[in-house]
Amino acid sequence: MARIAPPIDMTPMVDLAFLLVTFFMLTATAIPDEPVTVDTPSSVSEIKLPENNVMTITIDKDSRVFFNVDGQFTRAELLGKIGERYGISFTEEETKTFAVISSIGVPIGSLKQFLALKPEKRKEITQPGIPSDSAQNELADWVLQARLSNPKLRIAIKGDRDANYGTVKKVINTMIDRKVNRFNLITNMEKGS
Amino acid sequence: MAELASDDGGKKKKGGKVRAKKSSTRIDMTPMVDLAFLLLTFFVMTTTLNKPQTMEITMPEKPKPGDEMPEINEKNVMTVVLGDDNKVYWYMGITDPVVEKADYSATGIRKVLLAKKAELPKLVVLIKAMDESKYKNMVDIMDEMNISTMQRFALVDITDTDVQLVKEAQL
Repeated sequence: MARIAPPIDMTPMVDLAFLLVTFFMLTATAIPDEPVTVDTPSSVSEIKLPENNVMTITIDKDSRVFFNVDGQFTRAELLGKIGERYGISFTEEETKTFAVISSIGVPIGSLKQFLALKPEKRKEITQPGIPSDSAQNELADWVLQARLSNPKLRIAIKGDRDANYGTVKKVINTMIDRKVNRFNLITNMEKGS
Repeated sequence: MAELASDDGGKKKKGGKVRAKKSSTRIDMTPMVDLAFLLLTFFVMTTTLNKPQTMEITMPEKPKPGDEMPEINEKNVMTVVLGDDNKVYWYMGITDPVVEKADYSATGIRKVLLAKKAELPKLVVLIKAMDESKYKNMVDIMDEMNISTMQRFALVDITDTDVQLVKEAQL
């Protein structure tokens, strides 16, 4: 005999599905596009990076240094402070742009030009990295001013596995000179073993 | 099942009291459910896989002039030199050290570290990375320190003597 499948009321399932979709959508934070892709080394460490109040110093495989800090208000304040320090005044527009972009890797001198670029253009150009030599250490100023803008900041160093230790050492020494002795090295999960 | 009967709904005003045809308003929800689950899967995937891990390190403060340095017996000192090309060298003590070569595998430097640790409970490891070594090497060696639960280790600047030693050893 022919059986007709009994109709199932899908409404509760759909309700649940949408509830979950909404939940995940709201909790998800968009990954900001970084100017460089960094392949972090693996480690057995299982400490997770806190989600907020993180300052990230990225070192890519060509040993360029990038700086990033989260929080729009922190960034806006930071730009003001940096401007003050270097005698550059940034317009409201530029501050707004700076607040929403991700890592930056240009010397402070050319920051104004960089912010004036269109977003697509900004993605295209290769950023030279932040000078972190002892002669001209702009990274130190970024770190210092960022910490003044948000004292709760934690510092994370995200280095590419093929970055030269020389550059990493420069960055670490910059930190120690500024009395920053605790920081995190971002790694990913150990594969296998 | 999929029709939403509203074809004549808009025109009824002209014709006076023509009632809209009452038909079932059941909608086929399948595509919507498909979409909902697709999105659900997407968001579940993206949120859980996106948590970077970190290794927390605390560097010592720069010694101030006049600070007293603790003295260590040189027998307890092990120096690990990270060279270029993923090579790692190690030696014990300071006077007339014998440089040996190891690698980053589980049977390499880890074995040495564990053996030395068992032998000398007061072992202090000095990690000296050459500028040519990679960041990965540094993380690897820190990892080895964690694995072998080394209590005392320090990341120090490399000296010319160390470079010379490694070069002379020709491993």
